[in-house]
Amino acid sequence: MKAPISWLKEYVDIDLPVAELAHKLTMAGAEVCAIEGAGGWDNVFVGLVLSVEPHPNADKLHLVTVDVQTEKVTVVCGAPNVACGQRIAFARMGAELVDADTGKKSKLKKAKIRGVESQGMVCSECELGISQSHEGILVLPADAPIGATLDSYLGDAILDIETTANRADLLSVIGIAREVAAITGKPIKLPGLDYKESDTPIASKAAVEIADADLCPRYCASLVTGIKVGPSPMWMQKRLAACGQRPINNVVDITNYVMLEFGQPLHAFDFDKLAKGKIIVKRARDGDVMATLDDVKRELTKDTLMINDGAGPVAVAGVMGGANSEVSDKTVNVLFEAANFNPASIRRTSARFKLRSEASNRFEKGLSPELPVYGLRRATQLLAQLGGGTVVKGIIDVYPGKQPERKIELKLSKVERVLGTKIAPADVKRVLTSLGFICDEKKSDELSITVPYWRTEVKLAEDVIEEIARIIGYDNLPTTLPSGQLPHHAPDPMRTLRRDVVDILAGCGMQEIITYSLTSIDALKRFDREVKPLKLENPITPEQEYMRTTLRPGLLSTLAANLKHEEDGVRLFESGRVYLPKKNDLPHELEMLCGAMCGPRHQRSWHGDGGNMDFFDAKGVIATLMERLGIDADYAASTDKALLPARQASIVVGKESIGIVGEVHPRLAEQYDIASQTVCLFEIDMEKLLAATSNEKKFQSLPRFPAVLRDIAIILDVETPSSQVMDIIRKSPLAARVTLFDVYTGKQVPQGKKSLALSIAYQSPDRTLTDEEVDKAQGKILERLTKELGATLRG
Amino acid sequence: MLKKLETIKSKALDELKHIANVTELEAWRVAHLGKKSELTGILRSVATLSPEQRKSVGTLANDLKEMLEMLYKDNLSAMKEQLYEDMETKAKDTGKGEKFDITLPGRPVSAGRLHPSTRMLREVCDVFSSLGFQVAEGPEVEWEHYNFDTLNIPADHPARDMWDTFWIDQRDEKGERHMLLRTHTSPMQIRVMEKTKPPVRVIVPGKCYRYEATDARHEAMFYQVEGLAVDEHITFADLKGTLYEFARRMFGQDRKVRFRCDYFPFVEPGCEMAIDCFVCKGKGCRLCTGTGWIEILGAGMVHPQVLRNVGYDPEKYTGYAFGMGVERIPMLKYGIDDIRLFYGNDLRFLKQF
Repeated sequence: MKAPISWLKEYVDIDLPVAELAHKLTMAGAEVCAIEGAGGWDNVFVGLVLSVEPHPNADKLHLVTVDVQTEKVTVVCGAPNVACGQRIAFARMGAELVDADTGKKSKLKKAKIRGVESQGMVCSECELGISQSHEGILVLPADAPIGATLDSYLGDAILDIETTANRADLLSVIGIAREVAAITGKPIKLPGLDYKESDTPIASKAAVEIADADLCPRYCASLVTGIKVGPSPMWMQKRLAACGQRPINNVVDITNYVMLEFGQPLHAFDFDKLAKGKIIVKRARDGDVMATLDDVKRELTKDTLMINDGAGPVAVAGVMGGANSEVSDKTVNVLFEAANFNPASIRRTSARFKLRSEASNRFEKGLSPELPVYGLRRATQLLAQLGGGTVVKGIIDVYPGKQPERKIELKLSKVERVLGTKIAPADVKRVLTSLGFICDEKKSDELSITVPYWRTEVKLAEDVIEEIARIIGYDNLPTTLPSGQLPHHAPDPMRTLRRDVVDILAGCGMQEIITYSLTSIDALKRFDREVKPLKLENPITPEQEYMRTTLRPGLLSTLAANLKHEEDGVRLFESGRVYLPKKNDLPHELEMLCGAMCGPRHQRSWHGDGGNMDFFDAKGVIATLMERLGIDADYAASTDKALLPARQASIVVGKESIGIVGEVHPRLAEQYDIASQTVCLFEIDMEKLLAATSNEKKFQSLPRFPAVLRDIAIILDVETPSSQVMDIIRKSPLAARVTLFDVYTGKQVPQGKKSLALSIAYQSPDRTLTDEEVDKAQGKILERLTKELGATLRG
Repeated sequence: MLKKLETIKSKALDELKHIANVTELEAWRVAHLGKKSELTGILRSVATLSPEQRKSVGTLANDLKEMLEMLYKDNLSAMKEQLYEDMETKAKDTGKGEKFDITLPGRPVSAGRLHPSTRMLREVCDVFSSLGFQVAEGPEVEWEHYNFDTLNIPADHPARDMWDTFWIDQRDEKGERHMLLRTHTSPMQIRVMEKTKPPVRVIVPGKCYRYEATDARHEAMFYQVEGLAVDEHITFADLKGTLYEFARRMFGQDRKVRFRCDYFPFVEPGCEMAIDCFVCKGKGCRLCTGTGWIEILGAGMVHPQVLRNVGYDPEKYTGYAFGMGVERIPMLKYGIDDIRLFYGNDLRFLKQF
């Protein structure tokens, strides 16, 4: 909502500087998001174009002679719309104008343009900083006083106010003036609504009937006859333009002007086009069709409230008028409508027709049914004044939805209970009275408050308390910390685990990423052809149409995008949710962990890059994670189609697979354009991981006796998994730790065999082991390795 | 006996002249001062000698021992010193005849990082945890009932325009849709209150979604942190105090805050908190668009209808709630000019934090 200061001043005295007023309004809830400065133009005057001659040296330029009363000057002008007799904004040397190309202000200097000296400039709106428009010069109304400073004629500050969804009353200049009055403690002055009427009673000419009173609590109408349609006066056009409305003709301009002034939308019918002079307010029938003012044929349904005349629909109530009853140049008799409609109904209709008008925007926020009559009288008064017509006596006022005045009982103790401080009764009354509330003292601690009709949203004591608080100023209320008992605190184990996991992975040199939960069906189908993810009804792009069921696509596409510019290895992980649909319920939001790695193991440096990362780098990260979380994990062969066969393993805890680690299948990698390198991927189900962690950590006393280290090398079948060797060694009661430090196939090892070199630490908790004991234990291990795996000791 | 001591002395001193390293010196010590050395033997036998012999031999032997020990210590420290000097000389060289270049880069260690949003969420949650708030999380795919209806935002209410909504493509028998992507973390206010009795003090971090074309300032997915405190004596002053404390811990002790009236259907009175601009200190600059203030969050006293919706008695309980966008904070702090960088996951962006 835009409110020119000059207009506000008609209803309330303003002696604060504009910026301070804007600040106070903002603090009290009406956020002034911009102060549009029409004004502050030094050295710019209203001028009259006396002649327009062609420029001797340029086809597109003119030499324009301008009368600025004190002198006549000639300027070079390129605007196509400049014409003799126009009143224009003339800038002398030294004026600060906006450069249309750069948007920056600069001082106008003397210049020769194509050999002719220009003694100033005829300005466009853009150059004056009024708008972006630079197609032509600004043409001022014919009543602009020649020689006056432009500031005195056009200068004004306009508050651009972002109103909140609850305050329908602030969508009017008077509404904002009331706010200003309350904030500044000044009285409000409302315009008089008197006008002369003829002797013919309106009832003899027109009639209104409300068939669906649930959607139309009130309908008021007035009739003005014998008017002449023409342009509205300049003062009205200027105000409409300042508020962003395009002037059309006096009748339409009056409806818009009154809507801006009082907040009541109005509609003007050409009375002679209304069959039988009758208005019937009722729901449409399914399938009815009507052409609206914008020349669109609208199909109606029984939810749509219509304004009908004696013959058929003439307007969609509260949303848009019909072409058949529109005011035209030839209109002489005008019927004004000022009505109140059900907000939800208007909202549904305007949403269905995708027709958001200034009127529907006000109706859907909930206007007072008391308001129409004020708007109607104001419009009638203005049309009688400006259109030269005669007002038919009286108004039609059908008001089936009249409500009693709203009263709210307010206990002062409640004010204190909500705000945390006592507000003196006198202050409460002063604030509420300034806003138009009426306060009656019922008891010493209780007020009976009558809500002014225009504040439809004030319904509860809490609403009244906000009024008190915001006018006193939130910053003037005390600041304390809550007292009272702290609630029981039970940390969410998943949050704790997630925090640990992401810290450990970051400690492993991995970068955390967060990707979109929304993705495309193609991205998901790469991993599961049968996937049935949750779909959005209103996606913005096909790339974000489905709720992801896996983190893998996000990881791989992020990896691919980064590999394009990263010279070093990339290690990424994400901890996030996937959304698994359930029947007739919200989806299961499963928390997952996924990682992807690719490229050189170490950053490139003079120390070498250590080769490229492979399966074992990813497995190493998983092993570190499991060790840090205190989980014993095994790895078993797996068959995930996204991963290369044989180079993948499921991560097993107990008997349950909680995730997978492996190298991405080139068939899949190809789709991300990263098939030329080994890409490792891991994925863990966080819910299963949580189940696998046990909180019961138990201290183990430090070994008191030294360990004896023995290395052995064995030769065994290439196909035998090393884990089987390790398992056998670990079963020896004296083998405390075993490290596999070399795996070898080649020259010294027979075909089909491999050599494993292991270091075993023998240790006992209760004694220092003798050589004999160690020999014996190692002998037993070798015996089992031979018997069970066919291993031989390497010579 | 005395002669013997004389011989030991001259032998030991003589040998000492030829000792070249620590190992030889150690052998020398064992030979002349060790348990099995001749001198130790003599010292042990002193007790068996006659009183006058005992005195002269004893004194002489002890003097000798002291002398040899001293020589051992002096020689040892001199030799070690020599050793250190040799190592210092060697250290100047790589071992391959090149000068040791300390300006060569160190061996790289792969450094991992957390996403800036994760870090910011932690910071925010940590501040509120220290103020006694518990952290809870909730579903991102939500019912209209929780996201709107019970928060006092009924269907066909213009306030719904404040939240552009992604709807899930599912309709009931009546053709109505009910499932959506939560547009704020506020539905958790309802879910938490439904499950617990006052006192409630909880914060809810989480992803939210808005049906919005993305640009430098708007993202379809973002994080919010919601806060809720309900008890018998919670006041608007407490709301101000809690948020002021948050602002000071988050943005600096000397931060100023201001509260202005604002509207959210699920609170009354409603407000918005701004902090004084940390770039211009309130004078007005580009960051704060000349106002000197930066909007940080929306808040208010829990609307009595919301309390009633979860079965709390609004005559007995009051509460406050607040909600803030998370990305906005690092954007302001670090001057990030495009919110899309957050979930675009370009390492060149992520590595800056």
